[in-house]
Amino acid sequence: MKPSSFKYHNPQIRSEVLALLREQENCKVLAGGQSLGPMLNFRFVMPDHLIDLNRVTDLDGISISDSKVRLGAMTRQKSIERDESLRRLCPIFSESLQWVGHYATRNRGTIGGSLSHLDPAAELPGICLLYDATLRVENASGHRLVPANEWSVSFMTPNLEADELLTDVEFSPWTMPHGHAFVEFSRRHGDFAIAGVGCLLALDRSGLIKRIALSVIGVSSTPFRLTGTENDLIGYKPDDNALAYIHQAIDGIEASSDAQTSGQYRKRIARVLASRALEQASERAISAMQ
Amino acid sequence: MKDLRTIHVLINGMSYQRTIETRMTLADFIRHECGLTGTHVGCEHGVCGACTIHLNGEAVRSCIMFAVQADGAEVTTVEGLASPDGKYHPIQQAFKNNNGLQCGFCTPGMLMTCSAFLREYSNPSEREVREVISGNICRCTGYQGIVNATLEAAAAIRKGGL
Repeated sequence: MKPSSFKYHNPQIRSEVLALLREQENCKVLAGGQSLGPMLNFRFVMPDHLIDLNRVTDLDGISISDSKVRLGAMTRQKSIERDESLRRLCPIFSESLQWVGHYATRNRGTIGGSLSHLDPAAELPGICLLYDATLRVENASGHRLVPANEWSVSFMTPNLEADELLTDVEFSPWTMPHGHAFVEFSRRHGDFAIAGVGCLLALDRSGLIKRIALSVIGVSSTPFRLTGTENDLIGYKPDDNALAYIHQAIDGIEASSDAQTSGQYRKRIARVLASRALEQASERAISAMQ
Repeated sequence: MKDLRTIHVLINGMSYQRTIETRMTLADFIRHECGLTGTHVGCEHGVCGACTIHLNGEAVRSCIMFAVQADGAEVTTVEGLASPDGKYHPIQQAFKNNNGLQCGFCTPGMLMTCSAFLREYSNPSEREVREVISGNICRCTGYQGIVNATLEAAAAIRKGGL
């Protein structure tokens, strides 16, 4: 179908975007358009004002300093996927991005768009959760910082007011030798994930867990971090016993059923993916220490 | 009250200036305003890939972009793949050699996806080719001919350039 009419704006500076968001009602912000485009075509959304961010020059970019990585909200998924420094520092980004949409959609899709759209099956919100990222949000009066674990309010609803814009995401990559893994399951490559698990894992010299982060996407209405379980696993081997704990935590997630599949099935798949992720992250953690 | 804009887009080296509604998708602009119907509309929500074109050299779905966003940009459609003298792009020749098409509906999107991909990856594996065409749906061929064609085109380009 075709979108309903809207007033189109394509400002070139950030302050104009923020002024529009403050002054106009029923606005939608256009980033990569790979999620919003379909919604407009289906008339799932019918904004009065469409604010195109693609001509604003200072919202994209990858900057890496001592201990922090900052990704501008308009940074294309393709750029993040292919950045060599990011691949070295936080390879899980590159790995998970291969599951995000398709080759052509990653040329336009952005990290900010993915985070703001917050589809339950989206990979990038799960990765930001793994790193305890900080999301920076601006409006015409100022800005605020939102920790990743406070970003997802409910189904496709981020912690973002109508007059606010996500400007960038910042996180600290793990510096100690560690392993990573991101595994996802969908019926066809590029389909929305039925479930996905991300894992970062550091082991000590005895092979015991020193630090671990686990997040799950696709299973419930928002991405889920297994914080309690992570704390319980410190000092233990990443073996079947550890897996049992992880599986228990996954069973406890409130899972969504939809036309595609049931919540129970999603959890079953997530348990299998967690096993694979833990195994792969362990292998990589061991190699990283050699 | 219609929201109108006048845009200038370079398509296959030719300049098109039109005044259009801002809600017009790039796919509809290419097809209806510019008469270039090689670009196909399959799903209108970005999953089938039939609408794929090159925007400033990158493969992009034109059904989920607005024409106004292409103002000042360079677009290549399937009509612009062959050289001006009519010589096929290596990917077109390879599709012909390998039964890469039957009804032809997905074909423009496949050609545009694969040609962009081959500009970035000169020696892809079969696995990588399958992954890159995962965003283009074909109901006829079963994909093998398309995969074979893309691998053959990659070899041809490595040997003789574009």
